[in-house]
Amino acid sequence: MLNKIWAGMILISFLCALATGRMEALSKAVLTGSQRAVELTFSMAGMMCAWTGLLKIAQQGGLTAILARVLRPAVSRLLPGYRQDGEAMQAASLNITANLLGLGNAATPLGIAAMKAMVREAPNREGMPNRAMIRFVVLNTASIQLMPTYIATLRAQYGSAAPFEITPAVWVVSAAALTAALTMCRLLEGRRLHG
Amino acid sequence: MDKLGGWLLPGAVVIILLFGLVRRVPVFDVFLQGANEGLSSSLSILPALIGLMMGVTMLEASGALDMVSALLRPAAEQLGFPPEVLPLALLRPFSGSGSTALAASLFESCPPDSFAGRVISVLMGSSETTFYAVAVYFGAVGVKKSRWTIPAALTGDLTALAASAAAVLLWFPPAG
Repeated sequence: MLNKIWAGMILISFLCALATGRMEALSKAVLTGSQRAVELTFSMAGMMCAWTGLLKIAQQGGLTAILARVLRPAVSRLLPGYRQDGEAMQAASLNITANLLGLGNAATPLGIAAMKAMVREAPNREGMPNRAMIRFVVLNTASIQLMPTYIATLRAQYGSAAPFEITPAVWVVSAAALTAALTMCRLLEGRRLHG
Repeated sequence: MDKLGGWLLPGAVVIILLFGLVRRVPVFDVFLQGANEGLSSSLSILPALIGLMMGVTMLEASGALDMVSALLRPAAEQLGFPPEVLPLALLRPFSGSGSTALAASLFESCPPDSFAGRVISVLMGSSETTFYAVAVYFGAVGVKKSRWTIPAALTGDLTALAASAAAVLLWFPPAG
């Protein structure tokens, strides 16, 4: 996917610059673009490392495990057809907790483990996901993190006076997006069941 | 409500630290370990960011981004949405590092504390790389048919798009 997007970006830029006579600017952009990525990464590294360091303390202290236990009843209601104490629900709760805490690197392997356990515990038609699997993937396409650290760091980098001031707005918008996506799931599940 | 933002980060830091101390975690050692992981993951996305930042900067310099924004302007204005943010909304579901590169680039012309800059922030904070997540999770278990996953996930993305401009207007009402 990214192969096509990236090639498209560059080819479109070239054609556009050709049409508008901005080849000089484009030539400069090739050099400055790559340089800016390096500057951005290194200037953001401090904040990112501080945050991943703190999250590690939360993980080792067992904060993740406690949150996952608290969330499990809600998670198993959200993903119907699985035993609450089963392996699938355990991994799914841990995945959701990791997402809430913004532990992206931890969330993906946990989510894959949850998907594998879901397939094991409720074998179904070859290559067809059940509604719980679909809801779980949809949940992972939404953002549910409590602290929008990455974008706040980027804001700080570009001179924001209050980088975290957008957090409450992010919560409300995330909740609205997740509700809309899961409602759509419910609607489409109903249609397929009766149709 | 706008004071809440200032409390969040120090509050979270103190809660995490106290929790670690109660649980007798060697807090500084573990902090170093986590920070090290953060550094290596920042470095591992650097090559992708270099490539995409180059692409985005080229799009911007060639005037292509302005053309797309101009094309989308009527639709955006109907929704009260800043048109310069629309290319970001289009790229967001496809590429995490690509949308980061574009957001960083957009912050140069729309500062983070402007209306458009805040919409960029809220949109980035409240959405994910939809197609990547679908590919990774279904790919891992060999699912070929995604059924209604994509329509449902994109409903969420569209909601985030519409709601981000509304939320920014609500939280940060224009002075005039």
